[in-house]
Amino acid sequence: MATVAVEVVYRGIFQKTLARNIVRSIVFAARKEGKIGTAFGRYGDSPERNGIPAKQFAIVADDAEELEENLARYEASEVDVTINVDDTMCKGIESWAWYGLQPINELTKPGGTLIVTSRQEADDLVQDMHQKDSPYDLSIIRSTVSFSGLWVYKDDHTDVRILGNLCRVCPQLVSLDSMLEAIREQFDNETKVASARRAYDLANVRPVEPGEGNPETPFKFELPGWKEMEEGLVIKAIDEGTGFRGGEEGYQPVRNSVFKKFSTRSMRPIVNFETCIKCTLCWLQCPDTCFDVTPDGLYDANMESCCGCGVCEAVCPVPDCVTMINEQHFDDNSSQYEAWQADADGYKQWMTNLIDVQKQESRTHGFHHVGGYAEEIAESAQPGGDN
Amino acid sequence: MTTTAQPALFQSGTEELISGSEAIAIACALADVDVITAYPIRPYDTVMQYVAKLKADGAFDCDFIVAESEHSQFEIVKHASAVGARTFCGSSGVGWFYAFEAITVTAGLRMPVVAMVGNRALDDPGAFGVEHNDAMAVRDLGWMLYWVATAQEALDAALLAYRVAEDPSVFLPMALSCDGSFLTHSQAIVNVPAAQQVQQYLPPYDRGRLQLHPDNPITVAPQVNEDWLMEIRRQADEAMRRSVGVIKEAYAELNEVFPSSSFQDQPSPFIEEYETEDADIVIVGMGTLALPVRVAIRRLREQGRKIGFLRVKFFRPFATEEIREALSRCKAVCVVDRDYSFGSPSYGGVLFNDLRSALYPLESRPHILNFIAGLGGREVHVNDVNEMVDITQKAVDTGKIDQETTWIGVRE
Repeated sequence: MATVAVEVVYRGIFQKTLARNIVRSIVFAARKEGKIGTAFGRYGDSPERNGIPAKQFAIVADDAEELEENLARYEASEVDVTINVDDTMCKGIESWAWYGLQPINELTKPGGTLIVTSRQEADDLVQDMHQKDSPYDLSIIRSTVSFSGLWVYKDDHTDVRILGNLCRVCPQLVSLDSMLEAIREQFDNETKVASARRAYDLANVRPVEPGEGNPETPFKFELPGWKEMEEGLVIKAIDEGTGFRGGEEGYQPVRNSVFKKFSTRSMRPIVNFETCIKCTLCWLQCPDTCFDVTPDGLYDANMESCCGCGVCEAVCPVPDCVTMINEQHFDDNSSQYEAWQADADGYKQWMTNLIDVQKQESRTHGFHHVGGYAEEIAESAQPGGDN
Repeated sequence: MTTTAQPALFQSGTEELISGSEAIAIACALADVDVITAYPIRPYDTVMQYVAKLKADGAFDCDFIVAESEHSQFEIVKHASAVGARTFCGSSGVGWFYAFEAITVTAGLRMPVVAMVGNRALDDPGAFGVEHNDAMAVRDLGWMLYWVATAQEALDAALLAYRVAEDPSVFLPMALSCDGSFLTHSQAIVNVPAAQQVQQYLPPYDRGRLQLHPDNPITVAPQVNEDWLMEIRRQADEAMRRSVGVIKEAYAELNEVFPSSSFQDQPSPFIEEYETEDADIVIVGMGTLALPVRVAIRRLREQGRKIGFLRVKFFRPFATEEIREALSRCKAVCVVDRDYSFGSPSYGGVLFNDLRSALYPLESRPHILNFIAGLGGREVHVNDVNEMVDITQKAVDTGKIDQETTWIGVRE
């Protein structure tokens, strides 16, 4: 069996073209070697929504019969390489296409490779990734996570750098020469060819041992049988909310226990409870009703429900009262309000530090100021990117 | 209406990495279709997106009209077809149903419209996955119905469709059914022939004395009563019967002109037989179901099990004689329906009931079992196929059928 399968896990819309460039190039490169292949997106992911984790696949085989084993499917059953183009998804993904949290490495074969674009250290990423009982390799491409939009593509060479890296970590897929030829044909750009070659040269792997990583059991949901389901497509409403954390004051809506979607988030809001003027705007405007009202009338963003859209930050009239922070800085979904209650000074220091860090970093999507996009392009589209 | 075909992109044959939908859009460009109407609904919309792209890229010169609904979408091509324009449109699921009045008059007026149905489950519930009930709904209306299995076949079948539908002895619309996702959203390597080759294969659409034109004053679509209607139906019936010969001829020529067509190893335009020659059990199905079934058969054959597969390509016209001939040799038939007919005979699927009725006159009839599988786009796996084969084998071994229709892969 010489079938090789690759998946690209990406953020819907923002990274759609990136994923498409990667999977199509793989099939084109394989074609150079007389192999046959297919490229497809996971159907349940589309129509894509901003930021929702989605997948595209490339499957390459020696002949049509072999390829047929992998057709008429939504997802490959296992992949030789998982490519994750946003490191915050190392925490696991929940897409439109399934219920429950899927570990980022779930489909990665024993001995396979997980490629991630990230500026984080390998050990930090491994901590996020769920444990597996088989070994695999982690290969990090040092780069700012590449986000675009529906109508624009940020051509920062992330696509070809991943392809160059891929040829190194998965030599059974295609040779570097075939890949470079495919890149040359498709993009007609020698600088992109050079970027791919450089990424090939710089590629490195960090072995991940069985049992290494995040020990958490990913949440999942068992689908009921037809005899248990309500007839007539009727879904019972969730119960009303109660006071804050079930108490008598404040208000906390009851949230869906099975449909979470918080892996959509690449950033999350942090709240300065001391400067909050209780204007209600974040609570009112949040499209996911994620703010719990505390007994003292403050608003605690509930991380079980927040999808990271940033509306709260945009509507908050107080400077730095609600600030979107890159998701990589958080390890859990615990309550910020409770942390502040327990240790107001500690919380303030933690929050101030995160806000400072965030101001140094580029945002995963959106920009601090007009012209930010052009500046980033100029910086990152150099030969070899910012490797 | 004629336009000179000068597609910039397809002057020589190429190999493309495209979906079944994109293959059909390219077939439209190669066939130099004059009028294309669109209204978005998944998964059909992948065709209109690609048509729009080809047009924007300057590779395809057509009138591309985005209508305000599916009903208008199908009305417009019907009228365009009446004045002699080569036309294309399509839809999916309930979008196709919203156009139903226009769809039935298109066949009634003998307009050779070619449509793509991106097979999708009917609402409710709103679902995007493949189910064949949407396209099946036109089976009694005078539409020819073709079920596609691969992206290459989508392109080939679209060219065949124009050749057959526009034959003056036929003049009936044809729908190309493509499984949502597995065909519409999966890209495969497709050989695209040169536009010149296609023009050689496809003569211009000539509606002759039926063409609505100031130089040819005619009235189309009168109101009639019982004194006219049966004759009109009988005419359409004869046209559908004539289409069989036209399909055979057009198919043979297509294989001559296009050496890379997916039909090269399939002698019949109507059905594809896979390992049926010595088969004890023949699985029958349509569309991309063929893929896991063929994989399962290869594995079962390795174990010495004599299993074959008959893929129905043309559901209308139904190849009664060929199917009888192919299935009379086996002990049992395992019909897999990706559709369902509530309350039908044996509470079965549409393909099953048509097939069983076709086999009834045989003196020695094989057992026929029905399996409902893959509804709403649920994947049909090799294990599912094995389960169907095992249940069918039991009927062969015991000589009796415990249950005529079995649902496969449903959560109990």
